[in-house]
Amino acid sequence: MDKNLLKYTIRLGDNCLVLGQRMSMWCSNGPTLEEDIALANISLDLFGQATSFYSFAEKIDAKNSPDDIAFKRDADNFSNCLIVELDNTNFGFTIVRNFFFDCFQFLFYERLKKSNCQSLSDIAYKSIKEVKYHLRHSTNWLIRLGDGTNESNSKVQNALNEIWKFTDELFVLDDLDQIMIRDGVGVNTLELKSEWKNLVDKALADAKLKVPKNTKMVYGGKQGKHTNSFKELISEMQYITRKYSDARW
Amino acid sequence: MQDGRVDLIWDILNKVPDPEIPVISIVELGVVRDINFNNECCIISITPTYSGCPAIKTFEDDIKKTLIENKITNFKINTVYAPAWTTDWMSKDTKEKLKNYGISPPSKEVVCPQCNSKNTDIISEFGATACKSMHKCLDCLEPFEHFKCI
Repeated sequence: MDKNLLKYTIRLGDNCLVLGQRMSMWCSNGPTLEEDIALANISLDLFGQATSFYSFAEKIDAKNSPDDIAFKRDADNFSNCLIVELDNTNFGFTIVRNFFFDCFQFLFYERLKKSNCQSLSDIAYKSIKEVKYHLRHSTNWLIRLGDGTNESNSKVQNALNEIWKFTDELFVLDDLDQIMIRDGVGVNTLELKSEWKNLVDKALADAKLKVPKNTKMVYGGKQGKHTNSFKELISEMQYITRKYSDARW
Repeated sequence: MQDGRVDLIWDILNKVPDPEIPVISIVELGVVRDINFNNECCIISITPTYSGCPAIKTFEDDIKKTLIENKITNFKINTVYAPAWTTDWMSKDTKEKLKNYGISPPSKEVVCPQCNSKNTDIISEFGATACKSMHKCLDCLEPFEHFKCI
């Protein structure tokens, strides 16, 4: 069994699962009916992508089913980046966070398509079709809100100031990333950074938004050091499984 | 050499309707990718439309139910991800069925299924199911769904 590949695959799934769970919290709370449906659809896509990664993880190590991976791990065993777990806060905040992550995810899958690992490559080919929609959705809203009224602009600018410090974690490489890159399996996210910055800068200019200066970046998600609200997210998500361990869908 | 068993299974599955758009079958939708026999066991490969499409479980259940109804009990259903599902697999006939059902079929240019006008506007990229977006016709003013082209 390739333990590194297993860990890496679960990590990729974690980003999808956790953002999917956040998006599901918009269900019945969206600002308009169309938006409610859009965010719930995005949530479903992300749950689907997480399932693809976790199902591959089960093939690597048959001990854990996708449901075990999602519902039976403690919060500090999740290795998602912090940006995906941040509270939805308000619609503008959600859009800014998703926009940063969608840009990243789009570039990431584009590279993962070329992975030596056939299963990861297959998942990337499938998922990128969905991420294109997510990216178009978040970009359109970012511009609409940023270039909207004074109030909408200040809300998304405030959100951006708050979220910016979580963006660098998407790109830093830890030991596991290095091993996966060496094996031709993983993506060298450092190489994505300038492309990501170009995508982001272009949309931010259209949205009349600015990147804050001298931001101290925050890291930790990949190592299992999560924000406070993450534990609430996990306990809510795992409640049924923990309370009724033999519950079936 | 095949003995017609594979064709028979294709015919049976072609009668299983899509759970959300019952005018087309799961074969027409492109979800059933391959059918072959490993000795006596029929291996059916299916692929999800969208990763999170909630219908995938229903596809499996409906296939199982239909096969058993047709007295075929020795089978296995595999989920495959590659090649990724695409609306390019839909035939002209299938697209025509969608249009008659009131859903604008997948195409680069969105056409109103009611009056065939190309003068349309998008309301939302996301519709009642993952595979559809919401539009309105600027000529006949009817709202309609479009099967997204992916």
